[in-house]
Amino acid sequence: MGYTADVIIVGGGIIGCATAYYLAKKGVSVIVLEGSDHIGNGGSSRNGGGVRQSGRDPRELPLAMYGIQNLWPNLSEELEVDCEYHQDGNLRLGKTEKHMEILTGLADRAKAVGLDVRMIDGDEVRRINPYLSDEVIGASWCPTDGHANPLTTTLGYYKTARKLGVHFISGEKVIALKKVKGVIKKVITPNNTYEADTVIVAAGLNSREVLATVGIDIPMQPVMLEALVTEAQPHMFDQMLGTAEADFYGHQTKHGSFVFGGTLGLEGFTKDNGMQSTNSLAASSTCRGIIKYFPMLSKAKIVRTWAGWMDLCADKVPVISKIDEVPGLIAACGFSGHGFGIAPAVGYNLSMLVTEGKTDVDLQELRYDRFKAKQ
Amino acid sequence: MNSVNDRNRDIGEYIPAPDDDMLVCRCEEITKGEIRRAVHEGMYTLTEIRRYLRIGMGLCQGQTCSKMVKGIVARELGVSPAELEPATSRVPMRPIEMDVFARERKEA
Repeated sequence: MGYTADVIIVGGGIIGCATAYYLAKKGVSVIVLEGSDHIGNGGSSRNGGGVRQSGRDPRELPLAMYGIQNLWPNLSEELEVDCEYHQDGNLRLGKTEKHMEILTGLADRAKAVGLDVRMIDGDEVRRINPYLSDEVIGASWCPTDGHANPLTTTLGYYKTARKLGVHFISGEKVIALKKVKGVIKKVITPNNTYEADTVIVAAGLNSREVLATVGIDIPMQPVMLEALVTEAQPHMFDQMLGTAEADFYGHQTKHGSFVFGGTLGLEGFTKDNGMQSTNSLAASSTCRGIIKYFPMLSKAKIVRTWAGWMDLCADKVPVISKIDEVPGLIAACGFSGHGFGIAPAVGYNLSMLVTEGKTDVDLQELRYDRFKAKQ
Repeated sequence: MNSVNDRNRDIGEYIPAPDDDMLVCRCEEITKGEIRRAVHEGMYTLTEIRRYLRIGMGLCQGQTCSKMVKGIVARELGVSPAELEPATSRVPMRPIEMDVFARERKEA
């Protein structure tokens, strides 16, 4: 039948695919069940491709640093696909004194955890990236940050995991988990029942309803974000960019196009009719944001826009944790819009957690039971 | 669509063909052989093919080649083209300059 494995992963996004890949490399048999028709169809294919440490919450920063030091540098060779990984630094831009305060606070917190990030003035910003407008008065600069291609990276993990024998099934939506004799055992879909002694739920927002079937709740909600891409432009710069105001972020891809994400100011309250479809206001808002920083891109043509839900966790960092009440069950969800860059590190550490019971990066701060009501 | 798609099902080996170097996606210069190989690497849906190869992601957004791609992928998978769902069409219909997009509001 093939419906039994050592590990079943619920969710075929980059977290599920990366975890499956590292497990298969260790000789573990894995089934990945993807609810939608396509591998990597949620945030994995809809994010802006940042591989960044700066600007991260100190609780998840060690995962970002671990991945950038150990996994990202050789990922393209390992996955036999061009991940388009660039490590040319991240500029987080500020236009006002208030912005600079926000950036200084973020930089100080990251420095305390050992990250090389520093504040630079407008002139130094323009020495690094001469295309930025004079409105930019400073930035935080993290030279070891970068960006990559989320599409090829996600599908690269899928392709290589599949080659190593991981059994992927898409269009197979998990509706329930079931314990047998007090431990996790069955994974149930409308079509089949699968069995394993270890189950990892990495299904983004859908993780909540899946985990609910064994009485576990992780406080997440959907928030729609949008991104856009321009036609190919001559090569301009290789840094990853963000702003204090979060009005846009992005980079120039290997292809030459610019991928920019941005906000509209109504995030969490836009009307989506239950679909990841774009809003008529968002691309315009993002374009206004971009032009203020890069006036010379004002004539660049937008060829495509898209939208995706973040699985926004109550405290904006993910849950990556064993579930005490359900032995054998692991949750990896709630990545809150910044899961792509840490995905290789998450996958690698989850594979360790399954096979050795310990991880290289301490995940204590990312436990599922950290959410407490006010005292 | 949402039907079970077992990525382990046997679709046979990739067999090189004389027209494998024919360009199918002119915008991104993707060949028939690249599409066929991607299917054998596990890309079983048109959406995955597009994300993996950039096919249909260029200036015409797949308006020229998507039907041909569908035929090639269907043949490789051994299914009818009608069974393959097209990749999502995305706004805007034609490429639009950023400063035009940015002026969608009438100034008061």
